[in-house]
Amino acid sequence: MISAKNLTKIFTSGDQTVVALNDLSFSVPEGQFLTVTGKSGSGKSTLLYQLGLLDLPTSGEVLIDGVDMVPMSENDRTMTRLNDLGYIFQDYAILPSLTALENTVVPLLMQGYSKEEAEIKAKKALEKVGLLDRMNNLPSQLSGGQQQRVAIARAIGHDPKIIFADEPTANLDSETSDQVIQTFIDLNREGQTIVMVTHEPEYAKLAHRTITMADGKIVSDIMNGQRH
Amino acid sequence: MADRIRIENSFSQNAKVGWYLAKRDIKQANKWTTMLIVAVMTFTFLNLVVVSGILVGLIQGSEDAQKKYGIGDVIVSSFINRAYIENTSEITKIIKTIPGYKNHTVRFGGSARVESNYRSTLKPGEVRDGAGATFLGIDPVQEDSFSGVSKFVIRGSYLTPQDQDSILIGKNLLYEFTPIEAPGFQTLKNVSIGSRILVTSGSVSKEYYLKGILSSKVDEFDSSVVALDSEVRKMTGRTDLNASTIAIQLQPGSDPVAAKQFLLDSGVGTYARVQTAEEAFPKFLQDMKSTFNILGNAISGIGLIVASITIFIVIFVNAITRRRFIGILKGIGINRKAILYSYMYQAFIYAVFGITIGMAMTFLVIKPYFTAHPINFPFSDGILVATVTGTLLRGAILLVTTVIAGYIPAKIVIKQNTLSAILGR
Ligand SMILES: Nc1ncnc2c1ncn2[C@@H]1O[C@H](COP(=O)(O)OP(=O)(O)OP(=O)(O)O)[C@@H](O)[C@H]1O
Ligand SMILES: [Mg+2]
Repeated sequence: MISAKNLTKIFTSGDQTVVALNDLSFSVPEGQFLTVTGKSGSGKSTLLYQLGLLDLPTSGEVLIDGVDMVPMSENDRTMTRLNDLGYIFQDYAILPSLTALENTVVPLLMQGYSKEEAEIKAKKALEKVGLLDRMNNLPSQLSGGQQQRVAIARAIGHDPKIIFADEPTANLDSETSDQVIQTFIDLNREGQTIVMVTHEPEYAKLAHRTITMADGKIVSDIMNGQRH
Repeated sequence: MADRIRIENSFSQNAKVGWYLAKRDIKQANKWTTMLIVAVMTFTFLNLVVVSGILVGLIQGSEDAQKKYGIGDVIVSSFINRAYIENTSEITKIIKTIPGYKNHTVRFGGSARVESNYRSTLKPGEVRDGAGATFLGIDPVQEDSFSGVSKFVIRGSYLTPQDQDSILIGKNLLYEFTPIEAPGFQTLKNVSIGSRILVTSGSVSKEYYLKGILSSKVDEFDSSVVALDSEVRKMTGRTDLNASTIAIQLQPGSDPVAAKQFLLDSGVGTYARVQTAEEAFPKFLQDMKSTFNILGNAISGIGLIVASITIFIVIFVNAITRRRFIGILKGIGINRKAILYSYMYQAFIYAVFGITIGMAMTFLVIKPYFTAHPINFPFSDGILVATVTGTLLRGAILLVTTVIAGYIPAKIVIKQNTLSAILGR
């Protein structure tokens, strides 16, 4: 469903060059829960930005259903992010002037749903992450874990083909983290394809598959035998 | 992607999302900031409407005064190279038959020199205290019913038909009211009601008593020595009844152009010049009108620029501080146009509030105020001229300017790289 082909990302600043992704290839089949781990600076976030169409690689391809998204126009890439992808940031990145419900509604409105339809879908998503009772709260009135769950609801509201999460639990305490991870597991059980970057080996093991990165390369790619 | 219907982001969809975001942004915005922005919009609007409206109002007031007290709606006057209107009495009869005729006044004019201290002996080097003036002869009853000139007598009293030995003097001829000492411009000093004034026209002189002092808004009276028409005719050696001007008032709603045409068709044009008020306004008024227009537009233009810069800064600061959220919106697939519209809507909403408040102030407070308390200008009672269409037009200009001023900074911020904006790099 989504695959990277010879993905390379090189940063140059002055005479310094950093190879953040080094000719990297792999693919994620539908319904898979994939975790990406690796030391700090190994290129995990950079990989996710390329797959999430938030950045352009130096070379290589990002294929969604066999179509290379790299040469597409910015408008088409934005459209694909809207219709096919969901992205969850480490620091939630929800809009402070919108309530939990409104945050979830915005991408649905953009997709062309009426306000009523969008609200119905948004409420379903909020219910999935267990936040229906706080839907009219502003982010400032929610805890970190709740905000992250708003971000998840926003990412899943429009039934994306795949969701990306970059260290979604890094800012949360362990108990809240467990809840967020459990949300991912539940979503995946319903068939949601997920790519998640994490530092926590326990969380990594909960996924079907774990890729470990070092210096912009995949150094191990294992299937986790025991699955919840 | 093949299995999924591609939904294109249409204008209406972008507009809908933009509106959704704008409404919530404004709701969450700092109350005081919002009030400040709306206040700036309101004042800009008032600057646009009121400043030029008052400038135009000065002229308008002056023209109204000219029509009401001076030249009427239509004026018949002697040809430039003649001192009087031939066949005045015939013409007067025709005038009374103009459709829509209301009133008229026949005025006799000449020039005269007035002196006040002619009785005292001059010290060596001293000159006589005198002034050149228009010598205006009126029928006091007819003139008062035409222009209500008697209410402009600010000191002393108005003439009666028996006042052969009395005159009224306009304030422009008196040093007390016009304390200007310029070469060639002379005024009378030390005169009061009852003073004896020597009037000389050509080679004829006569002594009159000063009965009253006139202060109106029109030169007709303010720069004249006013006496009975019979006196002026006598002094200027006029033996017939031919006048120098006949001012005509029409019933409200009558067309002065049609009235003028009526007079011309009746043959008045062969004896005298016929003009509508519009044609006969003093040149200084017409010059001032165009100057004030330029001035008003310049002030409005500056006001517009200031408002644009204000909105530009407000939206720019707003967009810059939300640079990250703009990045996130783009990141989750919100079309750039929708984000752009949300900022344009915000500018639009600020402008609409400002303009609405400004409109209300203009029509409910400022205009009624100036109507009740006109600005006392030497040549006019200044009122505020603000027509609904003119005001709406200015509102529309401000609105468009504001939206453009909101568009540019939003566009600049939205154009930035999505990932950099999200990561705050
Ligand atoms: N914009 C950039 N300019 C220059 N170098 C960059 C840039 N972004 C990332 N890098 C470099 O690329 C490498 C990979 O960075 P990346 O953020 O992908 O690491 P990571 O695996 O996500 O690390 P962490 O676990 O700390 O989040 C690092 O060496 C980083 O310094
Ligand atoms: Mg990272």
